[in-house]
Amino acid sequence: MTIKQLSIFIENKSGTLIRVLDLLSKANIQIIASTIADTKDYGIYRVVCDQPTQAYLLLRENGINVQLADVFALSIDDTPGQAAEAVRLLSSEGVSILYMYSFLWKGKGVLVMRTNPSEKAKEIITIKKIGFLTEADFR
Amino acid sequence: MSKFPVPDNSCEFFDQEHECMTREQIEALQVERLKETIARCMKNPIYKQRLEEAGITPDSITCVADVRKLPFTTKQDLRENYPFGLACVPLRDCVRLHSSSGTTGNPTVILHTQNDLDEWANQVARNLWMVGLRPEDVFQNSSGYGMFTGGLGFQYGAERLGMLTVPAAAGNSLRQIKFIRDFGTTALHAVPSYVTRLYEVMQEQGVDPRKDTQLKVLAIGAEPHSEEQRKRIENMLGVKAYNSFGMSEMCGPGVGFECKEQNGLHFWEDYYIVEIVDPETLEPVPDGEIGELILTSICREAMPLIRYRTRDLTRVLGRTCPCGRNHIRIDRMRGRSDDMIVLRGVNIFPIQIEKILMQFPELASNYLITLTSDADNDNMLVEVELEELFTDDFPRLLDLEKRIRRALKDEILLTPHVKLVPKGSLPVSEGKAVRVVDKRKVYQ
Repeated sequence: MTIKQLSIFIENKSGTLIRVLDLLSKANIQIIASTIADTKDYGIYRVVCDQPTQAYLLLRENGINVQLADVFALSIDDTPGQAAEAVRLLSSEGVSILYMYSFLWKGKGVLVMRTNPSEKAKEIITIKKIGFLTEADFR
Repeated sequence: MSKFPVPDNSCEFFDQEHECMTREQIEALQVERLKETIARCMKNPIYKQRLEEAGITPDSITCVADVRKLPFTTKQDLRENYPFGLACVPLRDCVRLHSSSGTTGNPTVILHTQNDLDEWANQVARNLWMVGLRPEDVFQNSSGYGMFTGGLGFQYGAERLGMLTVPAAAGNSLRQIKFIRDFGTTALHAVPSYVTRLYEVMQEQGVDPRKDTQLKVLAIGAEPHSEEQRKRIENMLGVKAYNSFGMSEMCGPGVGFECKEQNGLHFWEDYYIVEIVDPETLEPVPDGEIGELILTSICREAMPLIRYRTRDLTRVLGRTCPCGRNHIRIDRMRGRSDDMIVLRGVNIFPIQIEKILMQFPELASNYLITLTSDADNDNMLVEVELEELFTDDFPRLLDLEKRIRRALKDEILLTPHVKLVPKGSLPVSEGKAVRVVDKRKVYQ
């Protein structure tokens, strides 16, 4: 029900992002969606790509601080109010969202999120029949 | 009748007899006291062995330069013989001990007889008198008390001079300012970075130090600071600020102090023999050239130290002075010949920081300490590489930083800024890693 996302620890310094992107590009890994969250000192670059495990091993080998995180990729209609509805279903059951970002994929909206607790989120997604994507959808 | 008479206010000198000696008189006294010190050291088995190996007896000393025949003593010697191994008198004759910060896991202990304490107080009183303080003054000591010698050292010295002495100790700026105003404090002792902090709080409280306080003299020390910093302190508070040098190994504060000329610190040569040597060759350097300060305490009973390597780098400015004192003038400290960091009056070795960082499995082994100074404070930044990205939650990363900060504070007694950095992002140097970058403008 979840997909693997790359979480990459980067310094707020010029040249650090390009190093990661070059490595991915040389290995022919396609980035599908990404976002950077930052503090004053550093950031976490979160990436959905077509080959997350290969990308993870590659970055690790090159000495980059990277983690594979399990995140949900909820599929919603690309119309106003759909994101609100999905989030409401989760939060009304006490699931909190640690972070979230969204993108368009084949005419549908995708909400990428990490939740706490994630088991509870799985239950709700099943019961409420919320659509979701799997890794196979991005290959 | 006091055992320690205080001169008339009009006298410029607290101890005219010793302060105004000619160079010849100083050197004759040094020879006499060095011989006595060697005889005293012979009572300690470790010193005895060392001196015998060097073929030294008290009679080996015929002039001050003969001090160069003696073996050096180091901080390592003090650590290896912790706590009482270098005592030259029985413990029953000792009345006090002080210890260096004690945070390195290898503290150094310094013992004092009653006579040592009396002489220490005399030195501090001599210094404070020299810069114009008299029994009518109110002296507030905003230095840490306890094992740190800046507390009791100034306390007893200020009392010896006859001042009303306020043991305010460090911290709690609002209370410090209240004391300054309520008690009519005219003289204050603090580390320079704390003085700027006090001024900041005065401004926040709408206190004008020139109008609302009677402050006129500051003793600043225990932390390296530049001439610019002194000028800034003087302008902020409308006072004269005098540089103080001390080290617990010699007794504490009092070893050297600036006179009103503010042109170098007079080191009291009736108490110490001062040498400046090349830290590599250990050979003396000419006056004016920078080298390592070597001190021999020639007036101490409990733990005299022979040719103690202070690791402080400085130079001789002169051996005469318009103030009438012919005791050697030493420049402000220019740095260290070892890797010890002096920050806000606290002595820190990088190894202490390393020890703490290595307790966190989340961290890699590469780290960098950067020291900076802004207008008001000296600061420490500790950057450390992350071994594994164990989470992609910011709160957990911030929590790790917080835990590191707290552990460091417990170890080094001040709170650095801690910054996690990605693995491989800190410079890796060939050979000996550069762990400390000092960007403070204090050694100019």
